[in-house]
Amino acid sequence: MINIIWLVLLAGGFIVAFFTGQTEQTTQAAFDSAKYAVELGLNLTGIYCLWLGLMRVAEKAGLIRVFSRKIAPLLRLLFPDLPSGSPAVGAMSMNIIANILGLGNAATPLGLKAMGELQKLNPDKRSPSDAMCLFLVINTASLQIIPTTVIALRSAAGSADPSEIVSSTLAATLCSLLSGVTAALILKRFYRRREGRI
Amino acid sequence: MIGIVQAVSRFAIPVFIIFISAIGFYRKVPVYEAFIEGAKEGLTTVVRILPYLTAMLTAIGVFRSSGAMELLIQLVSPLTELAGIPAELLPLAFMRPLSGSASIGILAEMLRTYGADSFIGRTASTMMGSTETTLYTAGIYLGSVGIKDTRYILAAGLFADFMGFAASVVVCSILFGS
Repeated sequence: MINIIWLVLLAGGFIVAFFTGQTEQTTQAAFDSAKYAVELGLNLTGIYCLWLGLMRVAEKAGLIRVFSRKIAPLLRLLFPDLPSGSPAVGAMSMNIIANILGLGNAATPLGLKAMGELQKLNPDKRSPSDAMCLFLVINTASLQIIPTTVIALRSAAGSADPSEIVSSTLAATLCSLLSGVTAALILKRFYRRREGRI
Repeated sequence: MIGIVQAVSRFAIPVFIIFISAIGFYRKVPVYEAFIEGAKEGLTTVVRILPYLTAMLTAIGVFRSSGAMELLIQLVSPLTELAGIPAELLPLAFMRPLSGSASIGILAEMLRTYGADSFIGRTASTMMGSTETTLYTAGIYLGSVGIKDTRYILAAGLFADFMGFAASVVVCSILFGS
C-alpha cells in the first residue's frame, strides 16, 4: 500500500511535470526536499533528546505502575467478560497509561504482553476475542496527552507557539477514542450474531 | 471557555515537566542520569526516522512542485468541501493510518509549505497528534499472538481515525478561526 502511494507521488509527480513544463523546478524540488529532510532531522534532535530524557525519568519514577492502579476499575467496566484479577487487566492498564504519558517504547511491550494474556483467555485462537478487538481499538486511538513529536515538528518549522495545539489535539483525540469504542461496542453485537456466538 | 483551552495548552508542558521531575526526585530516581540515558535515545530516534523523512519529503515535494498536488486538490475538493475538510489535508489523512514515520514527513512538508501557524498547519498538527498508525498497530499486536483475522478492528479503528480528522477540522476552526 505504502509502496504504491510513494510511487504515485514520486513517479506521478515527474510525469505531471512533463506536461506542465515544470521538469526543471521539480528536479530542483526533489534535491531541496532531500536536503531539508536532513536539516529538519538536526532541528528535531534536540527536542527529541529533551523529551525522551524526561520520559525516562517518568519511567524510572514508576509513574506507569502508580497510575495503572487508578484506571483498572474503569477497564473492568469496559471489559466485563474478563475474570477479575486477571493479569490481562493489569497489562492493559499499564499499556494505556504508558500511551497516555507518551512512553511509546514502554507501551508496545506492555501491549504485546496484554495481547498474550488475552489470547490465553480467548476460546478461538485464530480469531481475536471481543476484548482483544476493543483493546486494539483503544490502542489505535492516540491517547498521548502531550503530542511531543508534533510540537517538535512545529517548533522546527518556526511556529510562534508550537504547543498551542495541545488542547485541540486533546479534544480531537477524545472524539476519536469515543467514536472508536462506540463503534467497537456496536459492531461486537453485530459480529456475535453473524458468527453465531450467541 | 477559549481562555481555559488556551491555558491548558500553555501550562500543560511546564506542569508536566515539574510533575515528572518532582516525582522522580521524591522517588529517589537519579534524575540527571536518567535524563541523559533517555536523551541518548533521541539521537537514535532521529537517525531511525531520517530515511523516512527523506523519502516522504522528496516524494511530496516532487508531487507538489510538478503541479500534480494542485490537480489532485482541484479534483477532490468538491467532495471534501461537502464534509468541510480542506483538500490540502488529504495527503496526511491518507498516510496517517498507514505509517507514523511517513506521516511525520508529510506533516513536516505541510508545515513548511503552508506555515506552522496557518489554519492548515494547525489542523494538520491536530490531526497528526489525535490519531495513531491504526493499520500498523493492529498488524503488530495481532501478529504477536499469531492471529490473521481482524474481525471489526479495522472498521472501528478507521472510523475512529475519520472522526478524529473531522473533529480536528471542527475544533481548529472554533479555536483558531479558519
